[in-house]
Amino acid sequence: MASIADLPQSEAPIQHMVRPAKVGITSWLTTVDHKKIAIMYGVAATFYFLLGGLEALIFRAQLSVSNAGLISGETYNALVTMHATTMVFMAVMPMAASLSNLLIPLMIGARDVAFPRLNAFSLWMFIAGSLVLNASFLFGAPSAGWFGYAPLTGNDYSGIGVDFWALGLVLLATSSMSAGVNFVVTVFNLRAPGMTLMRVPVMVWMLTVIQFLLAFSFPPVAVGLILLIFDRFFGTTFYLVSMGGDPQLWQHLFWLFGHPEVYVLILPSMGVVSEVLPVFSRKPLFGQTFVIFSGIFIGFVGFGVWAHHMFTGGMGPLADSAFSIATMIIAIPTGVKIFNWLGTIWGGKIRFTVAMMFATSFIPLFTIGGLSGVMLASPPLDLQVHDSYFVVAHFHYVLVGGAIIGLFSGMYYWYPKFTGRLMSERLGKIHFWLFVIGLNLTFFPQHFLGNWGMPRRIYTYPPDAGWDAVNMLCTIGALIMAAGTGVLIYNMVISAVRGEKAGRDPWDASTLEWLTASPPAPHNFDFTPVVLSERPLWDHKHTPGMQIEEPTQPEVIHMPAPSWKPLWVSLAVVGFVLGLLLTRFNFYGDANPDVWVGYGIMIFSGLMIPVTIYRWIDEPC
Amino acid sequence: MADAALPHDHHDAHGHDDHGHGHLVENNFLGLPNLKLAMWAFLGSECMFFGSLIAVYFFYHGLSIDGPLPADVFSVTVTSISTFVLLASSFTMAMAVDNMKTGKVQAAKLFLLSTAFLGLIFVGFQVYEFQHFWLDKGLALQTSLFASSFYVMTGTHGTHVTVGIIWLLMVWSFIHRGKIKAGNYLPVEVAGLYWHFVDIVWIIIFTFVYLLEF
Repeated sequence: MASIADLPQSEAPIQHMVRPAKVGITSWLTTVDHKKIAIMYGVAATFYFLLGGLEALIFRAQLSVSNAGLISGETYNALVTMHATTMVFMAVMPMAASLSNLLIPLMIGARDVAFPRLNAFSLWMFIAGSLVLNASFLFGAPSAGWFGYAPLTGNDYSGIGVDFWALGLVLLATSSMSAGVNFVVTVFNLRAPGMTLMRVPVMVWMLTVIQFLLAFSFPPVAVGLILLIFDRFFGTTFYLVSMGGDPQLWQHLFWLFGHPEVYVLILPSMGVVSEVLPVFSRKPLFGQTFVIFSGIFIGFVGFGVWAHHMFTGGMGPLADSAFSIATMIIAIPTGVKIFNWLGTIWGGKIRFTVAMMFATSFIPLFTIGGLSGVMLASPPLDLQVHDSYFVVAHFHYVLVGGAIIGLFSGMYYWYPKFTGRLMSERLGKIHFWLFVIGLNLTFFPQHFLGNWGMPRRIYTYPPDAGWDAVNMLCTIGALIMAAGTGVLIYNMVISAVRGEKAGRDPWDASTLEWLTASPPAPHNFDFTPVVLSERPLWDHKHTPGMQIEEPTQPEVIHMPAPSWKPLWVSLAVVGFVLGLLLTRFNFYGDANPDVWVGYGIMIFSGLMIPVTIYRWIDEPC
Repeated sequence: MADAALPHDHHDAHGHDDHGHGHLVENNFLGLPNLKLAMWAFLGSECMFFGSLIAVYFFYHGLSIDGPLPADVFSVTVTSISTFVLLASSFTMAMAVDNMKTGKVQAAKLFLLSTAFLGLIFVGFQVYEFQHFWLDKGLALQTSLFASSFYVMTGTHGTHVTVGIIWLLMVWSFIHRGKIKAGNYLPVEVAGLYWHFVDIVWIIIFTFVYLLEF
């Protein structure tokens, strides 16, 4: 049996065409390396995760006792809106983008993504969108809810914050759609020789499904946002009830995106769990093909369930029934996966690392959220608990108990591949217990609050409602979660400096990313690995005759050069958006806003977009 | 790694020898170059985009409270001419790709310019149509649900045609400067995919939005 030390190491100089990397801040601004882009997504996501958590802590403090006066109702609405927007678009999605960037090329044995500069463009669009969204705090944050229902977002009811919100989301949509196209091409065209579609790791499969979801579900909400922007800036009548506009139009466009988006948030964690459980159970994933097809099926059906968010909107019994049935059907592939994961652990030789602890806790926590989801899929029940804390409990079990817990597992598992060092297991266990206990303490009682009639989105409640004690419990739980997150951040920072060196393959894993150094060289692999099974590295180490062999001829490696061009195009796009925002400002206190400054910037930036794109294409890569 | 629009050597990671494991190493190349596959994925995304816009138009069809109705403003004759011009541009686009394939670079360049020119005429018709509806027929952007959804839908399409014109001119420029050489027809073909897509979207809009009113 070969051990990891016997991995073929190229001693002979490889014929590189790796361009000299610039150093310092320039190397980050011009990078097209998927691993560096992954780190930037990861750092930004962590920052926004903390920001979104802070927003939640403030309004949890307000809710801890009845008739509290810590913040006003308007501030409360703004914090809730920004908490959800931040967590969905700026924390969980970029964490998934970070994992996609790091893992898709490494796990399929590629040197980079199909379009490295487009990848950098996606990153800058994300950074720009998140900054525009958070800049709204300076001028009055949006307070219409993260789903921005019409006509609440109209000029009559909302201020300039919604302009920042809508334009920021358009930028984030651009980022996600371009990344989606890029990764789809990467997975289909850049797989190492021998890596057939059914040998592609489950993690990559789940990430691929979400890229399809991103590419195809963002356009409807982009249309909805464009209509909203036209309504707010140019006086169209799409969401104006007085002109015959129908508020349900926005709901359809939003949820046609919004529900696939839910699977964008959860499928990466399902992928993580499908990688972590087998490695720490010393068993292959039970029914791998079934898990893959279940993920694809969830993605497809995810496009046909959006109106279950709108049962109280009055669509009629036929539509309600159809969407109810489609929603319940999704429980089948999800259940299949849960049993496959249980089958994987069954009889395994389990090592309870922190990654494994998070992965195993994912299963029951996500199942709790999934079961209340099946309950909510029934229109009669949904009509009763709609907009109550029962719904809040449901989606927080899915998104925190599911998505976040799964991503934590992935964080502990792949942190060595990012940094070359292991995270502290001792601190990790403290983080685990604090976070999981805090999570259940916060969200489990909210099922009861909902059934007792506590509605969502109220900034306070009277003492005789009898919700005081349970709300205090929820707030204490939130503080425990925050303490756990603090331990996580400390662990991440301290481990980057002082953590134990990981080596190539600290977990004795089976997928290709552990074949190469931690962190990998810019070109990922010294030679293109030839894949002979769905567990190439495991077979290399443990199955005679299945070693990954080094080719006799060194390969010529061509890596793309660092480039400023993605940043220039992004700046032109951002200039256009900022110009549009400026038309809403009134610098001199006149009756009308000073639109011409904004229009001037828009025209200049609009002209710069094709110019910068031309320079981009012209640049040799 | 091929990137952006000029893949002189689009990624060919599929010709490796199989290290003696031939039975385990199957060819996994799907047959489309990166750029073309990306274009198809992007067009799938665009289908959802235009699908949503057209759906919005029909969601509000007949629900306008005020202002002129579609049948009051549309002129099938005028729009038929502009539609014919756009259809003709798809022909010249196909000829550009074909000439590039067979190495007739000069003819390809000419056809690219003709396509861009026909596209420009189409956009000109649309500008005329918009100002005519607005100034002569009293259909401003803010007048009614019909006005808002019609202008935003067709305006978005017109923006796509404009982007296509700029794109074609860029491709022309790269051929002119020798950056795209004879035989490398992929960039022209991919621009053509986009152009034909935008044309097809217009055929759908013309049929369902204009013709079905009469």
